[in-house]
Amino acid sequence: MNGLQVVFLLAALVSLFSAAMVVSARRMMHAALWLVLTLMGVAVIFVTLQSSFFAVVQVLVYVGAIAILIIFSVMLTRRVMEDHGDQILPGWRAAGLVAGLLFAIIVGFLALWQGFTTMLVELPADADNLLDLGQALVSPQGYALPFELASVLLVAALIGAITIAVDRKEDQHG
Amino acid sequence: MAVETLIVLIPLLPLLAFFAIVLFAHRNNALSHWLALIAAGVAWMLSMIVFRRAVQTEELSRFPFAAAIEWLPTGSAALKIGVQIDPLSAVTLFFVAWTVLMIFIYSIGYHNFGQPKGEHDRPGLPPHGAEIRDGHGHVHRVPSIEPMYARFFALISLFAFAMFLLVITDNLLTLYIGWEIMGLCSYLLIGFWYAKESARNAMIKAFLTTRVGDVFMLLGLAALYSLTGTLNYQVILNNPAVLNGLASAASPLAGVSWAGLIGILLIIGTIGKSAQFPLHIWLPDAMEGPTPVSAMIHAATMVSAGVYLVIRFFPLLSAGWDGHHLTLPMLVMGAVGAFTALFAATIALAQNDIKRVLAYSTISQLGYMIAGLGVGAYVAAAFHLVTHAFFKALLFLGSGSVIHGMEHGVFHTGENIDPQNMLYMGGLRKKMPLTFWTFLAGGLALSGFPLITAGFWSKDEILSGAYASGQTAIFWMLAAAALLTAFYTMRQITLTFLGQPRSHSAEHAHESRPVMTIPLVILAFFAITAGWVGIPEYFPAVGGLLPNWFEEFVGSMLVSHGETAHFSLLPLGVSVVVALGGLWMGWLTYRGVVRPVDPLEKPLGGIYTLLRNKYYVDEFYQWAFIRPARWLAETLTDRWLDRTIIDGALHSIAGFGVWLGKSLRRWIDLPVINGAGDLTAAGTRNLGAFLRSLQSGRVQIYATVGLGLAAMVAILIYFLWVIG
Amino acid sequence: MIPLAWYLIFSAALFCIGLFGALARKNAVAILMGVELMLNAVNVNLIAFWHYYAQMRSTPYVHGLAFTTMVFVVAAAEVAVGLALVISAYRRRQTPVVDELTLLKG
Repeated sequence: MNGLQVVFLLAALVSLFSAAMVVSARRMMHAALWLVLTLMGVAVIFVTLQSSFFAVVQVLVYVGAIAILIIFSVMLTRRVMEDHGDQILPGWRAAGLVAGLLFAIIVGFLALWQGFTTMLVELPADADNLLDLGQALVSPQGYALPFELASVLLVAALIGAITIAVDRKEDQHG
Repeated sequence: MAVETLIVLIPLLPLLAFFAIVLFAHRNNALSHWLALIAAGVAWMLSMIVFRRAVQTEELSRFPFAAAIEWLPTGSAALKIGVQIDPLSAVTLFFVAWTVLMIFIYSIGYHNFGQPKGEHDRPGLPPHGAEIRDGHGHVHRVPSIEPMYARFFALISLFAFAMFLLVITDNLLTLYIGWEIMGLCSYLLIGFWYAKESARNAMIKAFLTTRVGDVFMLLGLAALYSLTGTLNYQVILNNPAVLNGLASAASPLAGVSWAGLIGILLIIGTIGKSAQFPLHIWLPDAMEGPTPVSAMIHAATMVSAGVYLVIRFFPLLSAGWDGHHLTLPMLVMGAVGAFTALFAATIALAQNDIKRVLAYSTISQLGYMIAGLGVGAYVAAAFHLVTHAFFKALLFLGSGSVIHGMEHGVFHTGENIDPQNMLYMGGLRKKMPLTFWTFLAGGLALSGFPLITAGFWSKDEILSGAYASGQTAIFWMLAAAALLTAFYTMRQITLTFLGQPRSHSAEHAHESRPVMTIPLVILAFFAITAGWVGIPEYFPAVGGLLPNWFEEFVGSMLVSHGETAHFSLLPLGVSVVVALGGLWMGWLTYRGVVRPVDPLEKPLGGIYTLLRNKYYVDEFYQWAFIRPARWLAETLTDRWLDRTIIDGALHSIAGFGVWLGKSLRRWIDLPVINGAGDLTAAGTRNLGAFLRSLQSGRVQIYATVGLGLAAMVAILIYFLWVIG
Repeated sequence: MIPLAWYLIFSAALFCIGLFGALARKNAVAILMGVELMLNAVNVNLIAFWHYYAQMRSTPYVHGLAFTTMVFVVAAAEVAVGLALVISAYRRRQTPVVDELTLLKG
């Protein structure tokens, strides 16, 4: 077992543990903070995969923006159901069963595949070439159309979020 | 400042004045006319500076003041616009600046600035006059201020912009732009009193008639651009290679070179703008506009623009001319010009409206210039253009002053007469001395009174040019036109100013204000002296006393001018005889008129009626073009084609469609489609009732269902593609 | 020198934890967090397969990265709209609890 494997295992354990805490924590604020830890762990996983760019993006977008947004929402909606009552639905056992079953099915199918045990070796230095990625995203032979659609989606989401969340006068009585 | 900058500023100032008046100052009459006046005044000053610099510059025609910027990128090359002052545009600029400034000043008086507002005055109608009560309790009717005073100054400023633009430009396209803006201003100003039906008709007539010419001119412009790739004067006109190429290349018209075809198209533009036969009909009607407009647009500047165009393009029109055989465009110009000169002069004999006489006289004089150009008398045509602008502006402004005086009399007496009808005037010499003397100067210049007046020198040069070219027919037509010109001018002066008053209004007419008479005096000065700069050196006795500066200056425009200055006594003698003879005969005929009847009406009989009705050209056009067009539109297209054939076809198609629809509904729609629709609806309702039980409203249930479906799809894919 | 299997198992575990959270939690914000976990798991999967294919082909290979980019974009959009919905629903009904938000019940 070499150093990289140790790093991976540590990061994976931290991530999975904090993910479990995310879905089980009683207080929403704690769940959100555990989520941050999970996301950081995933960023480390990205590093071990030699995808430094996405490790940075993970920290910036998920930890920096999405997690903060979630924390804000938690704070905005905390008044009710915060510290008392059960946070888990009555049917949680069924949900656990579905999740466990799905895990078994996925791992089972993957284990049948012959590439399952391949060792991931170190890639050449230019494997994670951002220039190539950038060009692929905007070249018409590459992902120009999905990229443009994604940008349209973002704009639509932005406008939609504003429209939905705006505090209209008549809503205050609702 | 560089002289090019000054040139650019000349048209911009009136344009700024236009916008300033329209946007900000239109409620304030005094501010409006001051803005217009200052713009015109500064433009005049700049023009004089530019003119002086131009005169002092050696070899200006080869190296004109020019500056250009790229305007529109068109494919490979860029369309350039720029300014250029060469001898021709310098002299044009000179007279345009002077006449424009004089007319601006005159307009203040003409539109009664400073007079009270009339009680019944409405925008769109000439002022009716106002009643005021003096210190003794007497009520007087006096002229009242024009209701749309500021608008008038805005429009003439725009007009001045267009005219200056046309003069200073260095290419045909910008000239065309100025040309069209002037057409617009002319339209708006003829119809200035738009509530009068006659003014409305006149404005539409003027616009449509000149448009006929403009379309052809635009065709010529396009042809020229597509052949040479440029519209710049220097590149086309100062370039023998281009001119010879155009003159030798055959056009789609059999036997006509491209130079000839383009020339004829441009000449048709001129025929429209300068009111030559057969497109002359709009100019007399254009007298519906205020008199300063008639003076500026329809005598001094805009109609001159047509002549300016053909003078400017004379190298192209005469391309291939060897000095003996006239080219086709020159022949056309000679024929049209000479015919129009004579034709319009005869009509002028029988007109009684003081402004209409001048309008026909303008048509006739423009024909003179074009005929002169047709026989190759380039310098003479340009010279006559300048002198004519001065004395015709003078005559129009003078007639405006007379009308003003007569209107005053009409207000005073309350008579129901037309203040523009010369037959009711007479004896105004004593009432309006300043107007009389200046009008006399202008009239003598128009009739070509020998030696002292400007008109004599320029007209004489055209006549000798026509004689020298060997075109005897054109020469004698022009001589006859000159005789008639002198005759009707004297008729006008005699009827208006001499003899005894023929109406009470004429007895009570009085002199106009200084703001109107001072421009008259200044223009009268030019009407006399403008001719002295172009006295031919070979002229007996006075030739050579003053250097023939004009010929030297403007003549340098032609790369090689075929004008041979051989002197001949015949044209000189003819020109002196027709001028004096015409004046004398006119005086003899009209000196004894006491009743408002033309003494020639009886002896001439049918001919007089023919002339009085302008040879029935308007009626002919009405019959030959307008009625057929109306018939085509109303009877053929509307009643037969549209209502009978097209509507009939549409109605039968529609009827068939209705029948088809009804049968489809009965046999297919009701049993099959509706039945199927009802069945589907019932099935959906049943299905919905079943699905309703699945719809719990809980997201997590939905998510589970979605997950199950996704898992099923994944398994399907796995078994179908991955394994299989 | 980590086996591909480790990554795959890790991402499957993370995905299933997220799924459990999304299915079992009451609070709408918590459901969104579960969805975020699932999306992250997908990303780990994509990057792992990208690494695998880049190593197999021994040439620069961008498709996996491009897909990951799209997932990030979609995640950002989803969170923005989702949280806006939560806020809006909370403002109208004074609760972030999905159990009580059964307006769509047929």
